[in-house]
Amino acid sequence: MKIHEYQAKAILARHGVPVPRGDVAYTAAEAADIARRLGGKVVVKAQIHAGGRGKGGGVKLASSAGDAERIARDMIGMRLVTHQTGPDGRIVTRVLIEEALAIARELYLGVVIDRAAECPVMMASAAGGVEIEKVAAGTPELIFKEHINPATGLAPYQTRKLGFALGLDSPQVGKAARLMTAIYDAFISNDASLVEINPLIVTAGGDLLALDAKINFDDNALYRHSDLRELRDLAEEDPLEIEASKFSLNYIRLDGTIGCMVNGAGLAMATMDIIKLAGGEPANFLDVGGGATADQIRNAFKILMSDKNVRAVFVNIFGGILRCDILAEGLVAAVRELDVKVPIVIRMEGTNVEEGKRMLRESRLNFTTADAMDEAAAKVVGLSH
Amino acid sequence: MAVLIDTSTRLLVQGLTGREGTFHAKQAAAYGTTVVGGVRPGKGGTTHEGWPIFNTVADAVRETGANASVIFVSAEFASDAIMEAADAGLGVVVCITEGIPTLDMMRVMTFLRGRSTHLVGPNCPGVISPGKCKAGIIPGHICREGRVGIVSRSGTLTYEAIHQLTRLGLGQTTCIGIGGDPLIGTSFVEALRLFNSDPDTEAVVLIGEIGGTAEEEASLFIAREFRKPVVGFIAGQTAPPGRRMGHAGAIIAGGKGTAAEKMEALSAAGVRVVRSPAEIGAALKAML
Repeated sequence: MKIHEYQAKAILARHGVPVPRGDVAYTAAEAADIARRLGGKVVVKAQIHAGGRGKGGGVKLASSAGDAERIARDMIGMRLVTHQTGPDGRIVTRVLIEEALAIARELYLGVVIDRAAECPVMMASAAGGVEIEKVAAGTPELIFKEHINPATGLAPYQTRKLGFALGLDSPQVGKAARLMTAIYDAFISNDASLVEINPLIVTAGGDLLALDAKINFDDNALYRHSDLRELRDLAEEDPLEIEASKFSLNYIRLDGTIGCMVNGAGLAMATMDIIKLAGGEPANFLDVGGGATADQIRNAFKILMSDKNVRAVFVNIFGGILRCDILAEGLVAAVRELDVKVPIVIRMEGTNVEEGKRMLRESRLNFTTADAMDEAAAKVVGLSH
Repeated sequence: MAVLIDTSTRLLVQGLTGREGTFHAKQAAAYGTTVVGGVRPGKGGTTHEGWPIFNTVADAVRETGANASVIFVSAEFASDAIMEAADAGLGVVVCITEGIPTLDMMRVMTFLRGRSTHLVGPNCPGVISPGKCKAGIIPGHICREGRVGIVSRSGTLTYEAIHQLTRLGLGQTTCIGIGGDPLIGTSFVEALRLFNSDPDTEAVVLIGEIGGTAEEEASLFIAREFRKPVVGFIAGQTAPPGRRMGHAGAIIAGGKGTAAEKMEALSAAGVRVVRSPAEIGAALKAML
């Protein structure tokens, strides 16, 4: 799960990370009030779940409260397009108003899980303010890493190593050590999958602050963080994906024309791949779960049929233990009930597969069956034209 | 021969009394697996479907001589169940459970260091040595005893590969579903190491997917010391970046972990990489 910058900063501040003074505004009037409280000279930052906001016009400097009000009025409601939002962009519903600070240096600090090392890694770089992926690709020697022993946590010597590597002076290294410890604490106690401060600034006065902040959370751990669950912003998500998540369907919308319904994530990805190889474009990723029950099939068809780009559907169910006659019964019932008009190609494997195919044929619905994945893919691509 | 589990396996089921645990314990027993009992804290001393139930894994090991376990415990308690099984000295622990928090698994991985337990999973379909033993949910009837090893991050895609091989008359020594989570016990490299030293395994199918670097690490190992032919497939060639494709570990993050990178690394290591999941079986047959 992703959250907004202002929410991430509030969490970090609670753990002791210094952040600029500021507050979130939903209206231009609120923005003016906050700017006035902060002394007039502020930064107005659009709050969307995507990076690259500055280049897209989503971060602006205001010289007075009136100026902040004008900028906020333009920004709230605007469709902000960045390299991370896709061409449709996102509608800005709120802005963060923050004090403007005199910046001496822009650094980078992040914590993620290193999957290969099976532990968290803190990464720091003097090349802040740019995407860390670009730094990693072009000048990896500018990134310093400390792997953290989960049993002991981030050790003080590790914070000093990173601090001095960043070229900080002794008093700043002390401040950086406290900040890094607070960030690691926030990462662990919130079951984060990513905490990223980019840039971490050194002010003209020598203070260190998180000027921007991003936190992603481990969805599997949200059950034990009711406070975090409340931070979910549904306006940032695809409406069909929200609907699918209510039925525990793993659905991701794409921009093709062939709807896919598959059991299992790996097979669902492979099904998208084979559609592409056959010359088609998948409209979605959809994993209905290992069991593929009649209820889940009906729910899945509802979601697929809500996507108006879908011109044909590929059902690929490898049941194994699952009985194909029961699966076929579920498919027939769902297609009848929802009055599905587009052609449906079904490839299923499992117990009683012949009986299942007979039931599909005798239903006189718009079903085509196939034995192998490649044969099914070729058929569905043909029918989608 | 087979790897991880065979006819000498005495399987314990953690979470036997639950719906999934009961169903799959019966399936395993029907397949010929020696299922020795189950663990359910608080129900020790009772029986379930004829099997003795124990309060702790240690009790179960002492009473039944169990040497492996399969875990069907819910996500909240599964990481603890893994550690309990390892602490009781079980050599093979297969965790089917999906949805374990990453930080819980991180603590498990730290706990397992220096112990001899082979953890398979979590978030996996388990292991089957056709004709001998199964620990997990892989359907037995699609498998056939033979000489191909399978290692995969996926569940149903693994069944697809097994099915293709079996139809072509190619049986399997052992099929290992290593799981789709970011942190897992047995890696591709460890599974390949087992297949390398198994005299009956003549070739291997490796099924990877987007996210992480496990396939790249496998490529290095294959180039360096793997002596048998390998067919590889990577799922997610059309997956968009930054989105989690069902599995917690299947995500292209920061432009890294793409299918293209993994396919290139495997090819460079001499693996026969197929673009289509429908070609796995035929490609392997052509290599034997």
